[in-house]
Order: sequence, then C-alpha cells, then structure tokens
Amino acid sequence: MNHISPIIWQFIVKWMTRFPLFPPEASKIAPEMDALFFFMVAVSLVGLAAVILLIIAFSLRYNKKRHPVAEQIEGSTLLESIWTFIPLVLFLMMWAWGAWLYFRIYTPPPNAMNIYVVGKQWMWKVEHPGGQHEINTLHIPAGRSVQLTLISQDVFHSFSVPAFRVKREVIPGRYTTVWFEATAPGTYDLFCTQYCGTNHSYMNGKVIVMVPADYAKWLASSTSGTSLAQNGERLFASLNCAACHNSRPDARGPNLVGVYGSRLTLSTGERITADEAYLRQAILNPSQHITQGYAPIMPTYQGQINEDGVIALLEFIKNLNSDYRIQQTLTTTELLPDNKGNASQTKTTPESLGLVKP
Amino acid sequence: MENSPAVAELRADRPSYLRHHFQSVEQQADASNFAMWLFLLTELMFFGGLFTAYLIYRNWYFAAFVAGSHQLNVIWGTLNTVVLILSSFTMAMGVWCAETARKSGLVLCLILTFILGLCFLGIKSVEYTEKFEKHHVPGQHYSLSSFLYPDTDEAATAAGDKPLPLDMARHTEVYFSLYFAMTGMHALHMIIGIGILVFMIVRARAGAYTVGHVTFVENFGLYWHFVDIVWIYLFALLYLISRH
Amino acid sequence: MSTDTLVTPPEQSAPTIPEVNYLTKEYGLRSWLLTGDHKRIAILYLISLSFFFCIGGTMAGLIRLQLLTPHADLMSSDTYNKVFTMHGVIMVFLFLVPSVPATLGNFLIPMMIGARDLALPKINLLSWYLYVIGGILVLYTMISGGVDTGWTFTTPLSTHYVNTNVLSTCLAVFIAGFSSILTGLNFLITIHKMRAPGMTWFRLPLFVWAHYAASVQMVLATPVVAIAITLLMLERMIGIGIFDPTKGGDPLLFQHLFWFYSHPAVYIMILPGMGVISEVVSTFSRKRVFGYTAVAFSSVAIAVFGFFVWAHHMFIMGISNYAVLVFSLLTMLVAVPSAIKIFNWAFTLYKGSITFEAPMLYAFGFMGLFTIGGMSGVFLGSAGTDIHLTETYFIVAHFHFVMVGGMLMAFLSGIHFWWSKVTGRMYSEKMSQMAAVVTFIGFNLTFFPQFVLGMLGMPRRYASYPPEFQALNILSTAGASILGAGYLLAAFSLLWSLKYGAVAGNNPWRATGLEWQTQSPPLTENFTEAPIMDHEAYDYAWLERQNSRDEVPHGE
Repeated sequence: MNHISPIIWQFIVKWMTRFPLFPPEASKIAPEMDALFFFMVAVSLVGLAAVILLIIAFSLRYNKKRHPVAEQIEGSTLLESIWTFIPLVLFLMMWAWGAWLYFRIYTPPPNAMNIYVVGKQWMWKVEHPGGQHEINTLHIPAGRSVQLTLISQDVFHSFSVPAFRVKREVIPGRYTTVWFEATAPGTYDLFCTQYCGTNHSYMNGKVIVMVPADYAKWLASSTSGTSLAQNGERLFASLNCAACHNSRPDARGPNLVGVYGSRLTLSTGERITADEAYLRQAILNPSQHITQGYAPIMPTYQGQINEDGVIALLEFIKNLNSDYRIQQTLTTTELLPDNKGNASQTKTTPESLGLVKP
Repeated sequence: MENSPAVAELRADRPSYLRHHFQSVEQQADASNFAMWLFLLTELMFFGGLFTAYLIYRNWYFAAFVAGSHQLNVIWGTLNTVVLILSSFTMAMGVWCAETARKSGLVLCLILTFILGLCFLGIKSVEYTEKFEKHHVPGQHYSLSSFLYPDTDEAATAAGDKPLPLDMARHTEVYFSLYFAMTGMHALHMIIGIGILVFMIVRARAGAYTVGHVTFVENFGLYWHFVDIVWIYLFALLYLISRH
Repeated sequence: MSTDTLVTPPEQSAPTIPEVNYLTKEYGLRSWLLTGDHKRIAILYLISLSFFFCIGGTMAGLIRLQLLTPHADLMSSDTYNKVFTMHGVIMVFLFLVPSVPATLGNFLIPMMIGARDLALPKINLLSWYLYVIGGILVLYTMISGGVDTGWTFTTPLSTHYVNTNVLSTCLAVFIAGFSSILTGLNFLITIHKMRAPGMTWFRLPLFVWAHYAASVQMVLATPVVAIAITLLMLERMIGIGIFDPTKGGDPLLFQHLFWFYSHPAVYIMILPGMGVISEVVSTFSRKRVFGYTAVAFSSVAIAVFGFFVWAHHMFIMGISNYAVLVFSLLTMLVAVPSAIKIFNWAFTLYKGSITFEAPMLYAFGFMGLFTIGGMSGVFLGSAGTDIHLTETYFIVAHFHFVMVGGMLMAFLSGIHFWWSKVTGRMYSEKMSQMAAVVTFIGFNLTFFPQFVLGMLGMPRRYASYPPEFQALNILSTAGASILGAGYLLAAFSLLWSLKYGAVAGNNPWRATGLEWQTQSPPLTENFTEAPIMDHEAYDYAWLERQNSRDEVPHGE
C-alpha cells in the first residue's frame, strides 16, 4: 500500500477536522504554548509507558506461578537517584519554559493597543478607546498587539479565548491585563471561565479578528460618536477636577499632563509608575496615593462614578499631552451656575452622603 | 521513656484514672500533654489567618488603623491584660498546688482564676457595649462620623486625631472587623475556658486532681496560658497603634 | 457461594469466626453510639461515608446526564449550579477527606503499632459525631433549597451575590473540619506515644507513615479554612467588609486563606491512599516495599512541600509574576516525591511473587491512573500552560484522575484488602475482580475525554455548552454509567460476603503487619498482651518462621 485511497483520505481529513483535539491556533503565542503542551504530552506518554511497561513486564515475569519465591530487595540508591533526578530535571525544564511563556503572556509589549473590558453578571462590556462599545463581542485587527484591561463590576469572572491560549481573571476592585496578537482572521469563542452565578454558562461571546483594512472600516462604522477620552473629558469637567488639577503654579493638585506612565514619588516616599492601576486608585482611594509635595485633600469619588466612568477618565488622562483640554474644561465649568469657587455638587463629600457632623 | 516495658495491663493495682488502652500512667500523661500542645498548635494556625489579614490591611491602611485603634480604651485594655496575666499566675499556682497535693490551695487558685476570667469578660462586654453605642460595629449601622469629625468624639480628640479623608475613613470598618473577629474569637476561647474551670472546681473539691493525677490541670493550664499569650498580642496589635 | 473464592487458600488457624470479637462484645445501639472502640468508630464512619458517597455520586450522575446535551435540558442553570456545588462539597469534605483515615486509619493504626486503642478514644467518637452533624447540616442545605456557590465559595459571589444557603453549608464545612482536626490529632499522638516496645519509626508500616504525614497536614492546615469560612460567614451575615473592595477589603485574601488549606487538603486526601497501596503491593508481591526509607520520607516531603504551593490555584488571578515563578517551582518540586513512590511500587514487583486479587488490581489501577493524574498536574503547575488549561475541563479531569482514579481506587483496594480483618469474611473474589476491571474501564472512558475538552477550551461549571463539545461529553457520560456499575458491583460483592462469604481466618493474605497476627474480626482490646516488635516491617522471612513454627499468633 503505497498510497491511501482518496476516499479514505477524505474520510480521515473530515474526521480529524470534525473532531479536533485542540483549538485553532489564532494568536502568536498559541503555537508556542502548544509546543510546550506537546512536549509535556510526550514526556507524560513516555513516563506513563515506562510505568505501565514495568508493571506489565514484572507482573508477567514474576507472577506467582513463574516465580513462586520472592527475593527480598531492600532498595537501590542508584535507581532512587535516577527516578528522582530525571523527573526533577524534566519538571524543572517545564517550569522554566512555562514561566518564560507566562511572563510573555502577561507582559504586554509597549506598543500594544489597549481595549477595556468590564465584566459583569452576565455579560462582557467591551470599550474601545475610539468610542466603540460592544457587548459580548470583541473586534480586533489581526497582526497587532492588543492589550485588554479588565475589571469586574461585581464578582470574579474570567476572560478566556481558547484560540489565543490566553485567559485572565476579571476581579472587582482592581485591573488585570492580558495581551495577545491575533494572527488569523476569523471568529473565535470567548468564554467566562470563573463560576459567577446563575448564567455563568451563558456569559459567552465572540472575538472577531479582522484584517486591518476591515477593522478600520468597522471602527468607523461602529463608533458612538465620542471617544472614551471625550467622555472622560466631560466627566472631568462635571466633576470639576480642574479646580485642583490644572497647570497653575499654585495648583492644589499635581498636573496631569503626561502623568500617565511617568514615575511619581508618593508622600510616603515610595516611587511608583503611574499606570492604570495607580490612576484608578488615585481617583477612588486618594488618601493612600498622594503625590509628594501635595496636601492630602483630594476627595474620593468612590460611589460617584462607576467602572465605566473610571475608564473614561483614564483614557482622558492618558491622552493628555498638553493642558489645552484641561483649560477647555475650566472654561466649560466656568459656565456652570454654581461656580464661585464653591465646591461642586458632584464630588463625594461626607455631606453629600448624609454623613453630617453630629 | 516513651514506651514502657510490656506489663500486664489488667493488674489490680492499676490506678482508677489510668485508661485501659494505656500501658502506664507515664504514657497516659505524656500522651495527653502532647495532645494539648498539638491542639494549641492548631489554635495558633486558626488565629494565624486573622493575624495574616491584620498584617496585610494594617500595611495598606495604616492611617485607618491608627484612627480605629485610638477609639479603643487603653485603660480598659491594660486592665484586661493585667487581669489575664494575674489569672495566668493563679492558674500556674493552681497547677503547683495540684502537683503538691494541696487540695484547698488548688480550689482557691481555680476559683481566683475563674473570677479573674469573669472580670476579663466583664470588661470586654463594657468595651463592646461602648463600641455598639458609638456605631463602630461593622455592618449596616457602622458610622464614620468619629473619623470624619474627630472633634466631636472624645477618644479621637484625646488622641489628637485629625479628620480622615472619606476613603480612608471607610477603611476603618476593616480595622473594626478584625478587632471584633480577633477579640471575639479570643473571648469565645475564654468562655470555653471558664466553663471548663467550673467543671474543674467541682472536681477539684471532690479531690480528683490531688491524688497524683494532675494531667487535666496541667493541660488546662497550658490552654489558659495560650489564651493569655494570644491576648497580649491582640492588646499590642489592636490597642497600641501609634499611641504617644 | 462456593468455597473457591480465593486465588490462594487462606491461612486458617480457625475455621469459624471467633465467638468473642469486637462486634460481639456488646450488643445494642447504645454500645455502638457511645463506643470508645476505634474499630467500631471506624465502622460507624464507613456507614456514614458510604451514605454520603451515594448522595454525592447521585449528584455526579445528574451532572453527567445534564451534560449529555448542549442545552440546559435536564435542569435549569440554577439547579445545575446547586447540583455541582453539592457534589463538590459532599465529595471533598464528607467523603474524600475522611475516607481512608477515618475508616481504615481508625481501624488499623492502633493495631499496626501494637496499641489497644487510639490515644483519645472519646475524642475519636466526638470526631464521628462532628462529622455526622456536618453531614446533617449538608442534608439540611439540600432540602432547604441548596447552595450554588461552588465548593470553593469564591467571594464576593458567596458573600453578596447569591441568596442560597451559604451559611448552613459553611457551618457544615466548619464542623466537619473539626472532625478532621481531631482525627489527625489523635493519630499524631498515638503514633508518637503508643508504639509497642521495639516498634521504632523505621519499623512502622508505610500505611502508618502515610497517615502520619496526612495528620500533620490535617492538624496544621484545617484551622486556616476554619477561619476563612468564619470570616466568610461574618461578611455574609453582617457585612464586615473584610473581603469587600468597596469597603477596602480584598477578595483575593479569601482566595489565599481558602487555598492555604485546600491545597494541603488534596494531599490529606491522597496520602492515606498511598499508604494503602504500599501495603497492598507489598503483600501481593510477597516482598518488602522497594526503597522503604524513600517512600517514608517522600510522604513527609509531600506533607511539608504541600504547604508551600497553594497559590498555584491563583496563577491567573493577578498575583505578581514573581510569586507565580516561586509557586510554580515549588509545585514542580512537590511532584517529585509522588513520582518516586510510583517507581518504588513498580519495583516492588521486581522479583516478587505476584498474584492478582482484587486489592492488587485496584492498586494497579491506582498506579496507572495516578500517574496520568499527577502528570496532568505538572501541565497545570507549569505557569504558561496553566493559563490556557485552568478553569476548564482539564482541571476537572486532573482532579478526578487523582481523586477518583487514585484515591477512590486506593480506598476500594484497602476496603477489600482489610475486609477480612474487619468482618472475618472474604468477599467474592471473582465479582470484585470484575468490579475492579469495570471500574477501571468506566473511569477512563468518563474522564479521559475531559482532558481533550479542557484543551479545546470547554469551561468548567457550565450547565450548557457550545454544541461542538457534545460528542466528547456523550462519551464521558457513557463512561460514567459504566463506572457507576463498577461501584455497585464492588459494593454488592462486599455486602454479599457478610452473609455468604467464606470465613477468612487470621491472615488470609499471609501478610506481615501486626494487625494480621490477630484474629479476624479482632478482639476489642486488639491484643491479649502487648506485642513486642522484634522484626522489620514487611519481614516475610519472619512470617515464614512464624507459620512454620505453628506458633499461636498474638491475640488468639
């Protein structure tokens, strides 16, 4: 038999594509993960074969009828060393390779485009910086690094795209990130994989990978009209952030122009990088994150804005490379009726929450 | 010696308190002593979870912990510490009385320990009542006003506290959660200990512990000392944050 | 019903069941419910464990039936969520954790070390009552509407987002946890302080070493889950805020506290089973376990290392990359002692004289299936692959391989092995051997497809799933029915033997442990005079000399 009959070959191909053993490899990291996976499968098969063969061979050779008298053997340091050392070396290889993969999956490249995802029971809200909003769908371009910044509004969820071999827990109260670069245009499954209540099984969606030209068309056609940064500017104005965060020399709060990604020294002396996580905390829990040299007077906005609002503000701040837009918000707020230097009605003060002085 | 030589267990001269499955009194005493130490180790692991949570949250929300701690009454806390240390002393004396077969001494020491334990719980309930009245019990009725407006609050004024920002004030609830969880767990262990003390006083008066079989008293002593030591840590960690 | 129920004829020193034994010493419900006899307590545990296993198994059946079709056809999502939660809670806390220690451990440890009972018999009984109370609370939960948080009680779902019976379940787990702590406590004291003269540490059977290691974990780890659950209950009841991000709490703290116990818990579950395998493989090869010291120390190593790997359940939860590095490394290290044991057992067969009774068949099943399960754990311990495989059916397959293919097979192996000692009768060898084979086949069919499902990305805890996963799910359910049949057959064989089984005699397997040198069933006090251990563990030469001298064995 030098060739397989075309009919049988068709059948084999049909069978193999209808019963896949692993998901499509649709991201750059997927083949690398699969390589490690198959290495582990190979090692496991060898190990399992060794164990099974030993058991079968010994059982056949030394069963009671063929070997009626057992020989008492204490042990063998050589054998112990072999089956300690070899598994240890193999496991350490897997550790190192896996750790390297892990670091790569959770360390986004600096030029990754960022998309926000807010998970809530029981749907995914996807927010593109350009103002496109999606529910349970994520459109991305092929061939570009995409970073997702994830947060939950309620309980733990987990954002999983098997075709990309990535997954990340989506936690209330803090951002988590994951990145990938999709290689093959197509539609792929998106699952929530952390049990989150009644409709956990239905918290699914699709990731739609498009060639860049199609993606650009989609962006243009699905925009809501305002980008996230523009929404953020609106919030910035209505919350009167510029009362403190302006570029005047006597400003009560640090200048936010270019703050994203910069190194800051906090009042505790700690030096941190002002990333999304820091900025979110600075808005919601400011008293722990005061920049050095400023009084701890920033009020908290917890309860006043939701996660979508925080994301909008973040986008605004990330896009500030001059204080022009901040000045614009000052101009806008000066038109608000109540602004004679009085506190804006919208920030969270104890009084506004009904916590009056007894 | 861990393993006594094989002896016939059904000798008539086996003391009545020697259980049938032990070879000798030494083995029984040894085993029950080891049992108590092991049990205390589990208690350590039990409290350990709370101490870990304390460690983390104190690190994150130091200002809230300071403000919360200043709300506790150091006088009551010190008094409680003294009471417990005294009770450990009376307990240790009780163990000595048992070992030297002083029955009335033992009963007196146990009664004193019992009274001191009740004192501790009494002071604790005074403190808890005060916390309840000031709405510092975490949950629905938790109030932030002592932390937002310290000049309206005696304890905060006395400690010279400044008003906390709203977000940090909210975190004081975490401090009080740990306060109630830790001291509450501790109080529960005290209540159990006091209950056992009552049992022991009755048995001691009947002479059960002064006929050579002192393991119960010794092991209870260990338990009592452990509860005391946990309190000393709780006192330092909860009451004494940033006191000048 | 024939007398030909054994592959090898038993050593019979008495053709009838001895009249005086621990079962006949006293009659009546009170004598059982107020007993201090470790053997009776073991039987009480066996009955209650079997009861809960049946309930948990029924839950499993419902799960597999649901998953026959991609849509939630059999049960609504809510009901399914409650069913898999109950399955997890019952199987983990009411079956696997106590299984071997509370039944075989309780029964055998005093006998194996030459003692008359455990160190604290009343605490032992209390342990059983706590277990029963925990079980009753779980039953209450089931009949009053169930709980749907998953057995892992993830916050904030369990504290703020469900309105099912979380509190009663948490209380049940808390109480059952104390049952476990007290059992572990008892074992540690007994093993330390009550060994017979001459019974040095390295003459202990490996079963005892395994239980020692598991007991250390029981005693040190269980209190941490107790406090985690207490805080969970407080958060749910009064809203203390310790895990609530809006109040400054951290939901990840619960994860750390919960997994700090729940990882050692899996070693608590498996180590006693490994102890059983050591005894069974040795006896049915007529040989000392190969590398006794290595196996003993690897039990202890697993117990120690097991405390340092908990965060491998949290690799994707946003913990620092460097923490992941460390925990992944430690996870790889903890895998090594288990590998060592498998090879040691395999080499015990070398130059042995092997027979294939049911306990040995279960032991072989264990060795193969635990190897697969353990290797799949390495897939998960390697951080890069864990990202793709975690929270999918790969995890489900992994833990079922080690727990069901491993632990449950070891439990069945041990029950069959020591059945004659416990009851005085032999089970039906043919039926039990068939049960072992059927179980093995059914198990593989049920759970191997789940590895593939996991790699394909099917998430766990899904009441309905994308249709492309259906074929493998059907395969899995088919296997489950075969698996169930295997268990029923095993149970039938054992129960059948109570009336019709052949009388076993002292030592039907001609095994070496001290427990085999007494009558079957044993006397209440185990030994009439304290035995003196003057030979090594697994000393078959000593056994031959015993039998050839026709000396009346201890305890007759």
